Amino acid sequence: MSKVALDRLLEKFGDAVIESHANHGDETAIVKAERLHEVMAFLRDDPVTSMELLSDVTAVDLLGIKEPRFEVVYHLYSISKNQRLRIKAPVSEEDPKISTVTDLFKVAVWEEREVYDLYGIRFEGHPDLRRILLYPEFEGHPLRKDYEIEHRQPRIPAREGRHHL
Amino acid sequence: MTNQNDHLMGAEAHLTTVDAAEGFFRKLLNKNETVQNVVNWSRKWSFFQYPFVTACCGMEYMATAGPRYDYSRFGCELPRFSPRQADLLMVVGTITHKQAPVLRTVWEQMADPKWVISFGVCASSGGFYRNYATVQGIDTIIPVDVYIPGCPPRPEAVLDALMMLQDKVQKERRPLLPVVNS
Repeated sequence: MSKVALDRLLEKFGDAVIESHANHGDETAIVKAERLHEVMAFLRDDPVTSMELLSDVTAVDLLGIKEPRFEVVYHLYSISKNQRLRIKAPVSEEDPKISTVTDLFKVAVWEEREVYDLYGIRFEGHPDLRRILLYPEFEGHPLRKDYEIEHRQPRIPAREGRHHL
Repeated sequence: MTNQNDHLMGAEAHLTTVDAAEGFFRKLLNKNETVQNVVNWSRKWSFFQYPFVTACCGMEYMATAGPRYDYSRFGCELPRFSPRQADLLMVVGTITHKQAPVLRTVWEQMADPKWVISFGVCASSGGFYRNYATVQGIDTIIPVDVYIPGCPPRPEAVLDALMMLQDKVQKERRPLLPVVNS
């Protein structure tokens, strides 16, 4: 369905794409993090791809599986062309940052805040990068694979004789 | 002219309000109950609940409130959306650590006597949310009177819990009036 969009991307930004695959409609391109903003702007404005909607931003922690450790994932959808494309950008553990796409897609303001909240990836140029789901005093980023699974951060102490986990 | 009720009227003129009320309840129950029992009886049939609904259990709560299961048969048909006006806190759904201070505050705002029902496994124990975000049972924050298991519980289970709470309230022994400076 979205082979057209993937081919168009490979044609125009072949040097920015590290790897790509397309199985049963999951067209995916892994692009260099430093070229991401450029690629996203192209995909949105190009008449062939015309990805008007950034339907999701998320991330994957590949701790112990792959280097660099994180991948930020962008799901794009074209309302006019009814086609989808997934863009991934690798981000290192030492310096987990990537340029924001909030200037291209307004919806990214909340989506990038969620990724920052749960994975600790910083989006450079984001207008208001703070936690969105968890409370401000929360420490760490719980969807990272090295977050202690039984670790709790209650805001109020437990009643006498009880304890939080 | 004599009336067969004259002696009663004369007697009632000397009754205090409390005595009159007690007499009324005794007649109503047709038993020789103590005042405590009568007060408990009136409390257990007029719960004013505060539904603290946070999750999907709310649908089952609404089903229980509806005409098919109809919990107004147990005297608690009127939800109050201010904790000041409520004496039964129903915690319906998952409570997160982010929300825990809010629940605690709502409970503290309720006037005594007050009771708490934990509705569903998430409120009772955290359910399958054994993770960083979820309170592992609201009894870590506030005292709970009745726990309802189920994900979500059947309306019958909710009615069963209400009847259990009624039994508990009927057996309660707490001061009838607040005692000041003692």
